[in-house]
Amino acid sequence: MLIIGELINGMYPEIAKAILVKDKKAIQDVAKEQLFCGAGALDINCGPASKNPLVDMRWLVETVQEATDKPLCLDASKPEVISEGLKAAKNKTIINSTTADNSKLDILVPLAKKYESKLIGIAINEKGIPQNTDQRVQLAADIINYCQEYGFPIEDLYLDPILLPINVAQEQLGDILKSIREFKILSDPSPKTVIGLSNISQGAALSKRSLINRTFLIMAVACGLDSVILNPKDNELVDALITTELILNKNIYCDSYLEAFRKK
Amino acid sequence: METQLTLEKWPGMISTVTIGAKKDEGGSRLNSIEIGGQKSLPLLFQEGQLPNKPRIAYEIWDIPPVDWGNQLESAYGKSINNPLAWAEQCVKEFKAEILCLKLQSIHPDFGNKGPQEAAEFVGQLLKTVGVPLIITGCDDNDKDNLVIPQVSEAVKKEKCLIGLAVQDNYKTLTASVLADGHSIIAQSPIDINIAKQLNILISDMGLSFERIVIDPTIGALGYGLEYAYSIMERARLAALSGDKTLACPFICFVGQETWKTKEAQAEINQGIAWEAITATSLIQSGADLLVMRHPKAIEKVNNFIKKLYKE
Repeated sequence: MLIIGELINGMYPEIAKAILVKDKKAIQDVAKEQLFCGAGALDINCGPASKNPLVDMRWLVETVQEATDKPLCLDASKPEVISEGLKAAKNKTIINSTTADNSKLDILVPLAKKYESKLIGIAINEKGIPQNTDQRVQLAADIINYCQEYGFPIEDLYLDPILLPINVAQEQLGDILKSIREFKILSDPSPKTVIGLSNISQGAALSKRSLINRTFLIMAVACGLDSVILNPKDNELVDALITTELILNKNIYCDSYLEAFRKK
Repeated sequence: METQLTLEKWPGMISTVTIGAKKDEGGSRLNSIEIGGQKSLPLLFQEGQLPNKPRIAYEIWDIPPVDWGNQLESAYGKSINNPLAWAEQCVKEFKAEILCLKLQSIHPDFGNKGPQEAAEFVGQLLKTVGVPLIITGCDDNDKDNLVIPQVSEAVKKEKCLIGLAVQDNYKTLTASVLADGHSIIAQSPIDINIAKQLNILISDMGLSFERIVIDPTIGALGYGLEYAYSIMERARLAALSGDKTLACPFICFVGQETWKTKEAQAEINQGIAWEAITATSLIQSGADLLVMRHPKAIEKVNNFIKKLYKE
């Protein structure tokens, strides 16, 4: 299970401030804390309010890779910002993300291939958010077909079924779980799967967010989820993830199994 | 028709443990050995590096052995009655490259010797033989806790392998091993979950995984061999998949388990075969150190290893 730490995001005031004043240490501390808690990769996002995303993305990538050689997940809606991050990166990268639109795929798949980056493909297009499993599967298939034709390795493709908030699209959550299973049988070799976990509890009661997040994560892992973008500092969340993997026989049990995971 | 093997690329590897310190490292051993370091499952040479072959340790005691049986003892002759002569014979005549000393004299029922005497004996053993040493207690926790620290100190510079730490009694031994630069044998009762837990408890005290050797507690052929085999297999798969807490070399006390069987005691050649087959089976599940008794069984297993490792 690849844990991608989500905390280096300009939408958080402290991160936005650090980017503004170029406080390297603040960013590197957040990077190190997430890695310590079990993150295997770090999401890098300048945030929606960034005035200069090209500069900010470059600065963030350079700053974080001073502190770690773990993969960087370059998170931006504009392909040129992702491209800037790829140019600056020495570490391995994950492109976050493309949609199923050719306008995005035409740019991001070649970039992923050129920089030997992994690629997150979200099951959505210009027509809007999918409403059920079939629509999600169709969009995922479109992304897979494009990658296959372009010669991009499917094992490096991470498909995201688009997780929606529980207080907005509660009726879709079952379908989203189903989609995780169905994505994996779309091709051989299988694509991988990913979700942005915090989306599910966005807008929900603050005191319930952690519980909602970890319950969905457990269900998603049981459906075959390969990786997840989440807050690694939520100890209960990471503990639930470790325990789920244990139940699925991914690791060997011992009484101190939570500690053992963190010793890995 | 050649079988096509499916070869994996494993992210993990087994740690390498060194036993024996030569002069340039502050010890007095004439040789040192390395075990572990594998990047693949046992004997899958095509798949990944297997840098260190399995090694056999001759088992000796600090008193003449009890319940070994005449037939087994006769392989050594008279020297078995004098522990230092016995040790010397193992090295000089049988070319042992490592010895495993059982401090049975300290057991309350077998002499009840104290820490001072045990330390003195070990000091003399160091002068008698130049091979690396494995040293185990008498399996009485309280007595071992009393004696082993002083023994560990007596062999301080020699990078020995010292045992046996168990889940309910590991702290004293770990502290000594840590302080005196040795490695530790962590024993679990045919239970992979306890093996993992014990390794974590020991490493929490500051001893690295490069200084831990796992004793899964083997059974002889016909007496539970397959249980330890399965555990060793599972542990290796987990270790190669990235679980550092199980990525340690294995030690198997083959001689002690085999020679208590009625099959081994029935007839000497059957006993030799029983010991050899138990050993060779466990090599296939990842045994790195085999503690054995009969020189002929040891010879057979050494030939087996030579052939496999194409030496």
